[in-house]
Amino acid sequence: MRVFVLAAAALAAALAGCRSTPEEQSPAAVEERQPAAVAAPTPAPAAKPQPVKPGEIARVDLTAGKPAAAPSPLKDPANILSRRSIYFDYDRYEVKEEYRPIVEAHAKYLRENPEAKVLIQGNADERGSREYNIGLGQRRSDAVKRMLILLGAREAQIESVSLGEEKPVCTESNEACWAKNRRGDILYQGEY
Amino acid sequence: MRRLAAALALAVAPFLASAQLAIEITGAGAQRIPIAVAPFAGEAALGVGVSAIVRADLERSGLFRVLQLPPLAPVPSEASPVNYAEWRSRLADALVVGSAALRADGRYEVRFKLHDVVKGADLSGVAYTLAREQVRATAHRIADYVYEKLTGTRGVFSTRIAYVVKRAERYELRIADADGAGEETALASLEPIISPAWSPDGRRLAYVSFENKKPVIYVHSLADGRRQVAANFRGSNSAPAWSPDGTRLAVALSRDGGTQLYLINPDGSGLRRLTHSNAVDTEPAFAPDGQTIYFTSDRGGSPQIYRMPVAGGEAQRVTFEGAYNVSPRVSPDGRQLAFVTRTNGRFQLAVMDLATRQMQVLTDSERDESPSFAPNGRMILFATVIGGRGVLAAVSADGRVRQRLSVAAGDVREPAWGPFTN
Repeated sequence: MRVFVLAAAALAAALAGCRSTPEEQSPAAVEERQPAAVAAPTPAPAAKPQPVKPGEIARVDLTAGKPAAAPSPLKDPANILSRRSIYFDYDRYEVKEEYRPIVEAHAKYLRENPEAKVLIQGNADERGSREYNIGLGQRRSDAVKRMLILLGAREAQIESVSLGEEKPVCTESNEACWAKNRRGDILYQGEY
Repeated sequence: MRRLAAALALAVAPFLASAQLAIEITGAGAQRIPIAVAPFAGEAALGVGVSAIVRADLERSGLFRVLQLPPLAPVPSEASPVNYAEWRSRLADALVVGSAALRADGRYEVRFKLHDVVKGADLSGVAYTLAREQVRATAHRIADYVYEKLTGTRGVFSTRIAYVVKRAERYELRIADADGAGEETALASLEPIISPAWSPDGRRLAYVSFENKKPVIYVHSLADGRRQVAANFRGSNSAPAWSPDGTRLAVALSRDGGTQLYLINPDGSGLRRLTHSNAVDTEPAFAPDGQTIYFTSDRGGSPQIYRMPVAGGEAQRVTFEGAYNVSPRVSPDGRQLAFVTRTNGRFQLAVMDLATRQMQVLTDSERDESPSFAPNGRMILFATVIGGRGVLAAVSADGRVRQRLSVAAGDVREPAWGPFTN
């Protein structure tokens, strides 16, 4: 979700950069102007339409200002690296087997991109003391960090922190919701 | 009880317009001192009813029963002779009379006198000169005087409380008078704020803010809004607690792995590690002598309260009943421990007599959090959830007196009762 918002924001910024005058930033204004622009020129009646010859095609580039042409593997929904959340059982702090492939993929990415850095945010469900829950969230982010290091990432690439119960993704008071909040999230530099 | 609440609501109603935080009394002490607080002669000139604030303060403490009086003509002042027999017939044990006047220099003068009606004795009083904006503060000081003379304990009506209000995606750290009036916002943020802690001089708050996408401890000077980072190490920085002399903070940091206790100066210098465990060690709280720290640790398998010398050394386990005891706070006299205990999935405020280790659960709620003693030790302020909404509540250490404080259209949490300041 956060990744999508960032990508959308980057695209919006790039598009805004292409335009020249402030009023053109309003899509409505652009739409109103188009019919007039098409109708205005009076075509010469005798002119015969000629096919466009090779080499005469003008290039319109809407991607100008966008970052790298190749989509980042971190944001490609088809890539396992776009999966960033590790869920934990109640009162448990080890990475479950089903989430191991995700952690392995990120460890590999960190190995292959030594300049890359991640923030791991641990979370806890709402029950009990806010401060003790910071401690429990920290245990979860530390577990993800430890596994990344065991799989070859460098310690300096990873900061593990806790949000405790303060940033729930689900706010109902039931087990289904609490399970979604017992979580570690992997964020790459630029995403936090 | 219902009639009392209604009478109080009437007495307080004129002042609620400015008070964001509404206080409701939900239980009172068994032995309440019947007291009459006469209207102060000339108080209409102040624009704020001094006697009404004194009445509301005394009533809210749960230790007084404020008598309803018929219209008095003429309104007595502190200079009027007192007919003790007449006040005895109204069943008053104590009487407050006073007056207010505008002085030639534009300031106001408020005087009052307290009488012991039973003994027929004048218990003296005070005269204040004040600016118009100090009327509420002066009324609280009069209530403090009366409270101390009649109960032997210092009053807390002039103290302030801090708390966090969450409304939509906005978090505000607010300060209000102990009666909920005069609310001011010290910090507004789009990220969570937790664990506010008053410096012993009442001028600063330490707290945890998530504005950097991780917990960082700040020390915030209330008068000028200056914020200083006290702890922003790699990892999480949380649970600040002031030493009683205000020179150090005990904090929970994850910089060396896990969550461990450290001491640090409020300016971020002088870091010293306190605990060395493989557990979560957090929620430090100094005992009033400054020599002992109480804290939460799950080193024994479940979160329990421990204590250790500030100088370092072995930790001793303090709580043994139940599988979840957290958020310790020591009473100002050092004799009691307030904390949150879990019973059958419900989180409830409890107190323990530290000498006998006797434990008493004070509430029957579901989700109590963050206890905080009033500086006179009589009441414990805490957060709880009622009808799905966060509210603040207060209960006397004996469980008899109960109050509830709520903010319209918002979640209130993370209360901290400020120190005595006069």
